Amino acid sequence: MNDHEPFIFQTEHRLITLTGRRARNLNELLDHIIQVSGSSIFYHTHNQYLSHHFEKPVFHNDFAGWASAALLEECLSEKLVAIDLLAFSSIRQLREAIITIIEEHLAGAKGRVRDCLPGYEFHFCESKSFIMPSGVVAGDIPDFFAAMPKVTNASLYFHFFEARLRLEQPTNDFSAWLSYRGAPRLAEAINKLNPYLMTLEELREAIILLGNMEG
Amino acid sequence: MPLTLRDYEKVVGPEVIEEIRTLARHVRHKSLRNINSTPVGGGVAEILTRLVPLLHELEINAFWDVIKGDDAFYGVTKAFHNALHGKKEKITEEMLDIYRENTAMNLKDMDLTGDAIIVHDPQPAGLVLRRPQTAAPWVWRCHIDVSNPDPLVWNFLKPYVDKYDATVFSMPDFAQQLSAPQFMIAPSIDPLSDKNKELEPDYILKVLEEHGLDPERPVLTQISRFDRLKDPLGVISAYRLVKKNRDCQLLLAGGGANDDPEGELVLKEVEEAASNDPDIHVALLPPFSDLEINALVRGSTIVFQKSIREGFGLTVTEALWKGKPVIGGAVGGIKLQIMNGITGFLVHSPEGAANRALELLSSPDLREKLGENGRRHVKQNFLITRHLKDYMLLMLAFSYPKQRIVRMSAA
Repeated sequence: MNDHEPFIFQTEHRLITLTGRRARNLNELLDHIIQVSGSSIFYHTHNQYLSHHFEKPVFHNDFAGWASAALLEECLSEKLVAIDLLAFSSIRQLREAIITIIEEHLAGAKGRVRDCLPGYEFHFCESKSFIMPSGVVAGDIPDFFAAMPKVTNASLYFHFFEARLRLEQPTNDFSAWLSYRGAPRLAEAINKLNPYLMTLEELREAIILLGNMEG
Repeated sequence: MPLTLRDYEKVVGPEVIEEIRTLARHVRHKSLRNINSTPVGGGVAEILTRLVPLLHELEINAFWDVIKGDDAFYGVTKAFHNALHGKKEKITEEMLDIYRENTAMNLKDMDLTGDAIIVHDPQPAGLVLRRPQTAAPWVWRCHIDVSNPDPLVWNFLKPYVDKYDATVFSMPDFAQQLSAPQFMIAPSIDPLSDKNKELEPDYILKVLEEHGLDPERPVLTQISRFDRLKDPLGVISAYRLVKKNRDCQLLLAGGGANDDPEGELVLKEVEEAASNDPDIHVALLPPFSDLEINALVRGSTIVFQKSIREGFGLTVTEALWKGKPVIGGAVGGIKLQIMNGITGFLVHSPEGAANRALELLSSPDLREKLGENGRRHVKQNFLITRHLKDYMLLMLAFSYPKQRIVRMSAA
């Protein structure tokens, strides 16, 4: 990237793939978490943010939601909810953190695991993601913030969530570009936003607000 | 005038339509053949009616063909449908022969060319026997809840399913142990169709009155085919429990489908159960009653969809889109649509449905909040524009079979 390069808003189209893997209890869940693709781990820790963008998810990831709703394992669920997704720079690390929490819980349970009721099994999915230019391009920083209201949720989601963790980049794409364009303070301010604590609409508004404050 | 993508800009925003056009450039001029069993009635026909013209607008050569079948064949496939939903059905060798013979007859007559072929549900599934003579990928698009299928029927169909290049299900719960890729595509509704578009309040009032409903009193409604799996008798039980505490009316309305010979029988049972209560209104609606259905839902206070089994439950989507609080059975695709307590309520019994209806009848704020969330949920996830995108992605997926992340440049 050079310091004149425009920001090309990409968008992500996801086709959800069903893996056919299902878990009835924590042992089975753990086995699958160890074996599934990184795409599946990403899907189950991030899907809620895109699908229910108007409502802050009750559970930050599907594993936590299932532990509570299907297994009534509230303590485990709380620990899984408390995983700070921003603390990880790769899905491998995130997967290990989830595994550690479940293994510790199982060790404490001393072999007592319960099956969920039939019909409440955990089904592992993953996504096949097609990333392509959305058609929105920003030539400079004012353009960038002017474009922000026109950018779709899917695009916002890609640049903020997917690029950082699934493509293992050190920051979100917006902050990376703003740094190159000589706006390190703005880049840092956007990097400090925690997208996991807000809806996509709130994230968009927060970014626009930071742009307005800067000038 | 047929609807165009520009018409949808007002609903989903121009940016979403622009993304669709961008995506379409990657698959334009390809042909996509859809095959199902009925041109009218049922969710599949409704979806294809809308999707095919929009695909044409995007310069995708979309075809929609319907297989032929007599009453005996549709009797068999209805039994298959019920059995795949987990209901006990008597399936005889003769019935399997009827299916095989009908498949052979259709194979003689049908044009099965195209760059991708999507076969909907079990009725035409056997056409895949032609797969070896074509170069296109074949997709079996199953709209049915097959989470707990009758093994006899599933084992009969599985050799056909195994011949497909991919399958598509509506819910993660429906995934099977299959060697080919399985995708999830949720169905969708068309916000601009007669069944879903905005209506004048006067028209809504007129339709309610035509059905003998009093607009001044709460109306509880279930719009569904008369089918045991939709539990209309359970809805009547729930209504009776509500009625003990709150004045209300019940409307059970639905159409028939060409491929559903059981409907008449169930309608009769429902009419008998309702015969001693003037506040229960049962209406068998003829085909092309979409505007009327739209008005009936918009004029309702609460919408039920108390299914016992459900593929997806488009009637739930339609009611959520109209901002109605929905009480749904916690089965199939209803669980995808109703986030319990956020976009509606999920229940497991007539008693549960009655409890939630009483709660909603006593709180207009709660009705409004659930309705608003429901509409936003549908806008993001279950409109035809998303479905259109998924079909194009499905076409693209076969060009990148191994990759989980596909980076594409502008086309």
